Amino acid sequence: MVVFGVVAAGVVMVVAVVLIVLALVYYLVSTILALRKITAGLDEVIVGVGEIVEKSAPVNGVVNTINSQLDAGVDALEGLLVKKAGLRDAVGLIDGLYPGAAAAGLRNFPESTEIDSPRIGETYTRGTLQLARLGREAPIAAASPGTGVLRNVEGGSLAARGLYPDVRHESPENLPGSPAIGADAPVQYEQRDDVGAPRKRLPVRRP
Amino acid sequence: MTLWWIGNLVLLLVVLPVVVYLLRGVLEATESIVPTTQKIASVAAAGSRDLDAAALLLTTQEQAKQTIAAVADYGGSLDVILDDADAE
Repeated sequence: MVVFGVVAAGVVMVVAVVLIVLALVYYLVSTILALRKITAGLDEVIVGVGEIVEKSAPVNGVVNTINSQLDAGVDALEGLLVKKAGLRDAVGLIDGLYPGAAAAGLRNFPESTEIDSPRIGETYTRGTLQLARLGREAPIAAASPGTGVLRNVEGGSLAARGLYPDVRHESPENLPGSPAIGADAPVQYEQRDDVGAPRKRLPVRRP
Repeated sequence: MTLWWIGNLVLLLVVLPVVVYLLRGVLEATESIVPTTQKIASVAAAGSRDLDAAALLLTTQEQAKQTIAAVADYGGSLDVILDDADAE
């Protein structure tokens, strides 16, 4: 009886140990397979991240270069605008083109934020006067405020001619003229029959 | 003999369930990582494809340089043509 009990106890112990080992094997093998999937996925991630790093490596330098070039352009244009129009009119022009932008001011002129921007009409008139000084046919040149006409007909016009290619002003004596149109034009185009005729009346719709 | 049987019972009723519970937790945690890594891999590949256009920045850089040069030329001409505000 004792021997049977010892054998039974031993068998039960062996069965328990076998069950524990089987559980260990099943779950550890499953874990190993899952870890292999993770490793394969991380390999793909590393490839993608490597490509991202490789492709984005020059971006910083290129963007910094573009920004520095644009900064130089902004500085030059701001400086030119302020030089030619004056700080107050420059702020007014900017505010006229982009309402509200005057509050931000000019980047290289911190005092521009404190300027009460003038009306755009004032700035525009000023620009028109500049064109008039160039000899253009600006009507404002004749009606401009101040003493006399700002546009010097002879000097200004001749100076403006120097800005253009030497085509119509000097070398060719006679260029073909623009086509003449109108009632007394040499070439009259055929008129349509319905021009001037009474308008066609649509039939009255009755409810 | 009694102690042996008690040990067997402990082995079957305590140790085995605890081992199974712990290993199952490890397996579930590990398997939950698998779809995450696959998503990360797909996102990384998509991000890499998005950066294919980064090479065009070189063209943008060159065009910005040319544009600024043209603006500088115009600015220089305007500087000559137009009167300064102080000169009026």
